[in-house]
Amino acid sequence: MKRIVLIFVILLAGLHAAFAIDPLPFKDRAEEVRFQNLTRQLRCLVCQNQDLADSDADLAKDLRRQVFQMMQEGKTDDQIKQYLVSRYNDFVLYDPPLHAGTWLLWFGPFAFLALGAFVVLRILRKRSRIPLATDTTSEEDW
Amino acid sequence: MSLGRLLPFIGFALIVALLVFGLRWNRTHDMNWVPSPLIDKPAPEFTLPLLYDSTMSVSRKDLLGKPWLLNVFGSWCATCQDEHPVLMAYARKFGVQLIGLDWKDDPDTAKRWLAQFGNPYETILVDTDGKAGIDFGVYGAPETFLVDAQGVVRYKHIGNLTPESIARELEPAIARLRTERP
Repeated sequence: MKRIVLIFVILLAGLHAAFAIDPLPFKDRAEEVRFQNLTRQLRCLVCQNQDLADSDADLAKDLRRQVFQMMQEGKTDDQIKQYLVSRYNDFVLYDPPLHAGTWLLWFGPFAFLALGAFVVLRILRKRSRIPLATDTTSEEDW
Repeated sequence: MSLGRLLPFIGFALIVALLVFGLRWNRTHDMNWVPSPLIDKPAPEFTLPLLYDSTMSVSRKDLLGKPWLLNVFGSWCATCQDEHPVLMAYARKFGVQLIGLDWKDDPDTAKRWLAQFGNPYETILVDTDGKAGIDFGVYGAPETFLVDAQGVVRYKHIGNLTPESIARELEPAIARLRTERP
């Protein structure tokens, strides 16, 4: 009985995958891999935490078809990304490009890291200045 | 008490302040909102058939000379139905022509939908395969674009227009076009 249920679940999962990924007529495996790679770097605009490759949204299907069509036309990955960015903003890219608007996004974490390191260093230096004999006062500090 | 002892508390208070700010930001901002890169850029080229006469088509060039509002809708779209009475009430008040873009829709269903709820549009264009919608960067109907007489996109609203959003954003944007006109 368990086995039957298991088989059923696997079949169901496979069925779902077949519906999610609409069949596109790739001419070879390399083209399919390129398409998968590209659509994994692009965000679905409707369900925003999914990439274009995984999304089942109607618009994502249209955009996948558009990406496929542009690949057939011999467009490069960068040209296809540019096409989408000019319509949907940098937001479609999972890997945001570096420009004035994204400085905080790119360097913010490092700024926080530097701030934390500065604070830790200051505390350590202060502690090392306290002579060992007055251990009780340093304990009281915490 | 020395400042050194207070420091951890100040740090904690700052982190709490950041959390509160983040929560507030989330509540007042729509996280699905994607700013359009089209603002202040020429509207994309298109040539689309009319809903009520598919032998006729309208292109971007035909609309130059007068400002126009493009409302992207579909009979399948529930939010469009919410927006519909607002469009019916405001279509004549905007002072610019209201053009509908029937997006990824079956024309016959769209006609039935409009017959049932009323037609606020001066002209309705049909974009069955959704290609023109992609060119406009549409990602969820309803969306509304204000295009000026030179064919430049000046304002975009994502989601349903409400009397509040119209008074706050759309009407001032239309008024700005009017003051610019020679």
